[in-house]
Amino acid sequence: MRESAPILSALRARLAKDAPDRSVNRADGSSDILALGHASLDDYLDGGLRRGQLHEIFAGEGEDGGAATGFATMLGILAQGTGKGGARPLLWLRSEEAQRRGGRLYGAGFAELGGDPATLVLVTVPDTLALLRGAADALRCGGLGAVIVECWGNPHLLDLMASRRLTLAAEHSRVTALMLRLGGTPAPSTADTRWSVCAAPSRPLEANAPGSPAFDLALLRRRAGPAGKSWRLEWHRDRRIFHEVIPELGRETKTSGAPLSVPVGGQAEDLRVIALSA
Amino acid sequence: MPLAFVEKVKGAMRIRAVDRTARALGLGPGLTLADARARVPDLVVEDYDAPADTGWLDQLADRCVRFTPMVAIDPPDGLLLDITGCAHLFGDAENLTATISAWFGEMGVMMRSARASTAEAAHALARFHRGTVSDEQAAVRSLPVAALELDSESDLGLRRAGLKTVGAVANRPRAAIAARFGAASVLALDRLLGVAEAPLNPRYAEPPLVLERRFAEPIANTDYGLRILRELTEEAAVELAEKDQGGRAFEAIFIRSDGRIQRLQVETGLPTRDSDAIIRLFSEKVETLADPLDPGFGFDSVRLSIPRTEALRPSQKHLEGEMPGESDIAALVDRLSVRLGRHRVQRLQPCDTHIPEKGQAARPFIEVSAHKSWPVPKAGEPPSRPLHLFDPPERIAVLAAVPDGPPHRFTWRRKVHDVLRYEGPERIASEWWRSKGDPLGEKRLTRDYYRIEDANGHRYWVFRHGLYGREKTDPDWYLHGLFA
Repeated sequence: MRESAPILSALRARLAKDAPDRSVNRADGSSDILALGHASLDDYLDGGLRRGQLHEIFAGEGEDGGAATGFATMLGILAQGTGKGGARPLLWLRSEEAQRRGGRLYGAGFAELGGDPATLVLVTVPDTLALLRGAADALRCGGLGAVIVECWGNPHLLDLMASRRLTLAAEHSRVTALMLRLGGTPAPSTADTRWSVCAAPSRPLEANAPGSPAFDLALLRRRAGPAGKSWRLEWHRDRRIFHEVIPELGRETKTSGAPLSVPVGGQAEDLRVIALSA
Repeated sequence: MPLAFVEKVKGAMRIRAVDRTARALGLGPGLTLADARARVPDLVVEDYDAPADTGWLDQLADRCVRFTPMVAIDPPDGLLLDITGCAHLFGDAENLTATISAWFGEMGVMMRSARASTAEAAHALARFHRGTVSDEQAAVRSLPVAALELDSESDLGLRRAGLKTVGAVANRPRAAIAARFGAASVLALDRLLGVAEAPLNPRYAEPPLVLERRFAEPIANTDYGLRILRELTEEAAVELAEKDQGGRAFEAIFIRSDGRIQRLQVETGLPTRDSDAIIRLFSEKVETLADPLDPGFGFDSVRLSIPRTEALRPSQKHLEGEMPGESDIAALVDRLSVRLGRHRVQRLQPCDTHIPEKGQAARPFIEVSAHKSWPVPKAGEPPSRPLHLFDPPERIAVLAAVPDGPPHRFTWRRKVHDVLRYEGPERIASEWWRSKGDPLGEKRLTRDYYRIEDANGHRYWVFRHGLYGREKTDPDWYLHGLFA
């Protein structure tokens, strides 16, 4: 494996040169890539999450349902965008069982995460078949920003065929589909990326109060490239981006473009550029 | 076999209705069952079932829609049909009456009918007049005073005074009648004679636009019926365009030859006259029907009615490359609302209250309502409200210092959580200005909310229900929501 590493990196460099410009601008000013705001994550994803694709979000443990839903909400808010005409609507599909187990969606909570609850369309369906049908119909509607499909457990209707149908619909209309799988195990699907979300301790405010939402993200699978890395992120509501949280420092670092300072006391192989925000 | 229906009146079983055979044997309504049995030992007796009667009358009223849309129920055993403007479809009014009688006869229903210029006159003539009516006014005047349908005292009083017919009462000065028998008697008299008019209360309100297609022979093919519906929709679109209107609610009525009527109702969020979209919604509706659209022996006619219309100015079609906008989303919402039910596609609206679970209302998306803006969160602060709210809040067991210490450890859904970080308390008190109907409950306990985080990073919203000592000796703790 060691011998092929330089060959692989050379191949990657050539592909990056020849690859078409991914950030095609659309008529409404939004690009095809959803930048998450976190530099190393965006780099790893070649710019960010791709719009018009199906992305799956799993909860790490049963209790991480709240964290996974929060992450899906944040991605949905990013996908709504702020193009001309305001944010596009966000359609949330959930079953009645989800409403019973997970609680109702709270508009004030959605606003506290940075979204506008007036742009939310909530659809409650009686069962999984109606959920998939509704998702397929919603993904054909080009005026939406994103569709969040909340699914509990492992229904057998949700198989490769179903996810392929959703992917095709999303690719055609350029509406981002976020499949939120709570209490389920990953199965073969045509999702562009598959994430596993766990709750992480937040950076405390003064007086030991909980801070902004923080997660441990793991990229389980990716159709267009390598996977397997994990990050710890924090959501910054006012500017709608993710920050990185380095656990051992316990301090916020915002990696953005060129380094501002020279490495301090580090070894040659262990370069770590720290950009301190003023 | 003579048949009678009985009901319990003031402790005794009395006859409510009899059939022809029993009537010929001398039985009538009001007789006690014991007397009736004494006279006719082999009487067959059934219990009078009022709801079943009302249901049957409703069904008959529904079927009479084939003659005229203005059908009203005249309880307990009558129907009023307003045939203004419909008579010409059946030839003339005589023909229409004959058709109705024949139709009821085919169904095996015994009925008496009468035609008059006001509803009250028709009602009275049908019940109290014998023979044909040549002159309406003369016929009404010759009716017995029972046709005024006053209470039994007034009825008796009128007959004792020698006034046996409606005409006799009408000849007397009104003031005297009112003084002796009350204003109600004069009102009833005026209504019968056609001087005062009471409006008919139709079963179904008259829709602004109705288009119908009748068939020479009943059609047995549902697809053909739907195709006819499409043609009707296109005709309706033309008529709506002339008036610059669009429909908000549409109803398709399929009238079968055996009298049954099948209705399909759809509605849209924005006014529309796009026949493709309307037919798509009808197809969705047909799919959701529990029983498929069954033509039986065939459909006699197909009717499209548009009960609700709104102004819709003509708009330009989208140019190439333009963004799909509001109309796409409106069409999606319409389709999902028709398929799942309008209460399942919702939007959230803020309510002006501190109580968290009452702070939002979920309204059907298809109802166009005024836009209310949500409060903007404070910049630089972490979220103070959770994304999920449990309704009702879930009870948890908490280890906390009394009287008002924060929670240190709690048990939820059989798992123990150690609280690492907390923020609070945020006090939400009861709305004392409401005299009753306090959402916090009759005890009006104050809630102290805490935003907590456990060792694994899960963030919760919990509250103590009631102030220690002042309101409750042993306050309970509840988990109200989950943060991201």
